[in-house]
Amino acid sequence: MEEALTLLSFGENGWGDTIAAGVMVTVLLAIATLPFGLVLGFLIALAKNSSEPSLKLAANIYTTIFRGLPELLTLFLVYFGVQIGIQQGLKLMGFDAFIEVNSFVAGMVALSLVFSSYASEAFLSAFRGIPQGQYEGGNALGLSRYQTMTLVILPQLIRLALPALGNLWLILLKETSLVSVIGLPDLVREAGIAARVTKEPFLFFGIACLVYLLLAMISSTGLSRIERWTKKGEVAR
Amino acid sequence: MIAANPETGQIRPPAPPRAWTNIRIFGHVLMALWIISGASLLYFLGSNVASTFVEKYWLKYVDGFLVTLQIVGLSLLVGALLSIPVALARNSKWKIFSWPAYGYVYFFRGTPLLAQTFLIYYGAGTFRPELEAVGLWGFFREAWYCVIFAFSLNTAAYQAEILRGAILNVPKGQWEGAEALGISTPVTFFKIILPQALMVALRPYGNEIILMIKGSAIASIITIYDLMGETRRAYSRSYDFQAYIWAAVAYLLIVETLRRIWDKIEARLTRHLKR
Repeated sequence: MEEALTLLSFGENGWGDTIAAGVMVTVLLAIATLPFGLVLGFLIALAKNSSEPSLKLAANIYTTIFRGLPELLTLFLVYFGVQIGIQQGLKLMGFDAFIEVNSFVAGMVALSLVFSSYASEAFLSAFRGIPQGQYEGGNALGLSRYQTMTLVILPQLIRLALPALGNLWLILLKETSLVSVIGLPDLVREAGIAARVTKEPFLFFGIACLVYLLLAMISSTGLSRIERWTKKGEVAR
Repeated sequence: MIAANPETGQIRPPAPPRAWTNIRIFGHVLMALWIISGASLLYFLGSNVASTFVEKYWLKYVDGFLVTLQIVGLSLLVGALLSIPVALARNSKWKIFSWPAYGYVYFFRGTPLLAQTFLIYYGAGTFRPELEAVGLWGFFREAWYCVIFAFSLNTAAYQAEILRGAILNVPKGQWEGAEALGISTPVTFFKIILPQALMVALRPYGNEIILMIKGSAIASIITIYDLMGETRRAYSRSYDFQAYIWAAVAYLLIVETLRRIWDKIEARLTRHLKR
C-alpha cells in the first residue's frame, strides 16, 4: 500500500505528475473538440430539419458514415489520410517531404466528426420538440429568420437538447482514450508508460479508470448545474 | 388533399415549380460533392479490385471479419447472460444487491473500453502468482480470452441497464390482468410481458450491438487480428492507404445492414401501433 502511494506521489520517485499531465491532455482534447462538434452538429441538424430534400439527404449521408465507422478507424483515416493527402499535394507541387500530422489535431478532427454526427441527432430531436407556433410567433413579431432562430428557437433548443448532449460529452471524454493509439500522451498512454516502467500495470490502469470515473462525476455535477440554470425561466407549476 | 372535382373531373392543378433558393442551391452543391466523392471512391475501389494489394490481403480481411464476428457474438452472448442477474440485483429492494450492481454498472459505463481492456489484459500480470495458484493464468495470458472477458463485462453493464429499463416499463397491471384472465405464468411472460418489454428494449439493444461492433476494433490494439487488426497489419506492411478504405467500406456495410435489419424487426414488433 505504502509502495503504491510512493509510486503515485508527485516528484522524483512518483508518477503523479506524469499521470496529471496525461489527465490534462485528455481534458484539453475533450474541451477543444466540444465547440467544433457542437457547431458542426447544430449546422447538420439545421440541414436535416430543412424542407429541402437534397440538403436533408446530404446531411443524412454524413451522419450515416460517421456513426457507422468505428471511432478508432475514423481516427486512423484522419491521421494517415490527411498525412498522405498533404504529401501527395506537395508532391504535385514539386516538393518531396515527410509530413507528420499532429496527433492532437488529428484526434480533435476525428472526434469532432463523430461527435457532430451524434450531436446532430440530439439537436434534431430537440427541433422536433419545438412547436411550429414559436416560428410563427417570431414571424408575427417581425423578427427576421435569423433573429427568430437565435432569440426564440435556440434558447429553447439548448434546454431540450441538453440531456442528450450531456451524455455525448461523457462519451466524448471516454473516446479521447483512443488517441493514445496514435501516440498522444493522454491519460491511458501515460498510465501505460508508468505501468511498463514500474511493472505495476494493475495499479496504473486502475488509477486511469478511476480518473475517468472522477471526470465523469465532475461532469455530471456540472451538467446538472447547467440543466438547472436552463430551467430557471420555467414557471413553477 | 383536394380530390378531383366531381362535376368537371378536373384534378388539382400541378404545384408551381420550386424556386431555386439559396438553400436549394446549397443542398444541391453538397449532394454533388457527395456524388463526386462517392463516384471517385467507387472508381478507386474498382480500379484496385485486381491490384496486388487486394490479391495479397483479401483473404486476411475475410479472416479478420470472421474474428470480429466471433468477438462481438461471444461477448454479446456472455454479456446477455451476465446482464440478467445484474439487472435483477439492480432492481432489488435490498441494498446489499442493488449497490454493488449499481457500482458495477457505473464503473463499466463510466470508463473507456480501451482502459478496461488494458486493465484486464496487462493488469492480470500483477496477479500472476495468485492466478497461477488457482490455475487461471492460462486464461488471462491469452489476449483473445482477455478481450472476450473485458468486452463481456462491458456490454453486460450496458445490457443490464437496457433490461432494467424494459422490465420497469411494463406496468404491473399487465401481470395482474393476465392472472385475472387465468393465463399461466410462462404464457404471460412470453406472450404479454416479453413483447412489450422488447418493444422498448429493441432499439437500445440494436444500438448496443452496433456499439459493440465498432468497439471491437479496440481488440486490434492488444494483438488480436480482427478486421481492424488485419487492416493495421496490411497497412504496416504495404503502406497502402487503401487498407483503411476497404476496412471503412466493410464496417459501414456491416453496420448499415444490421441497422436495416433492425428497422425491419422493429416495424414488425410495432405493427399494431401503425396508423
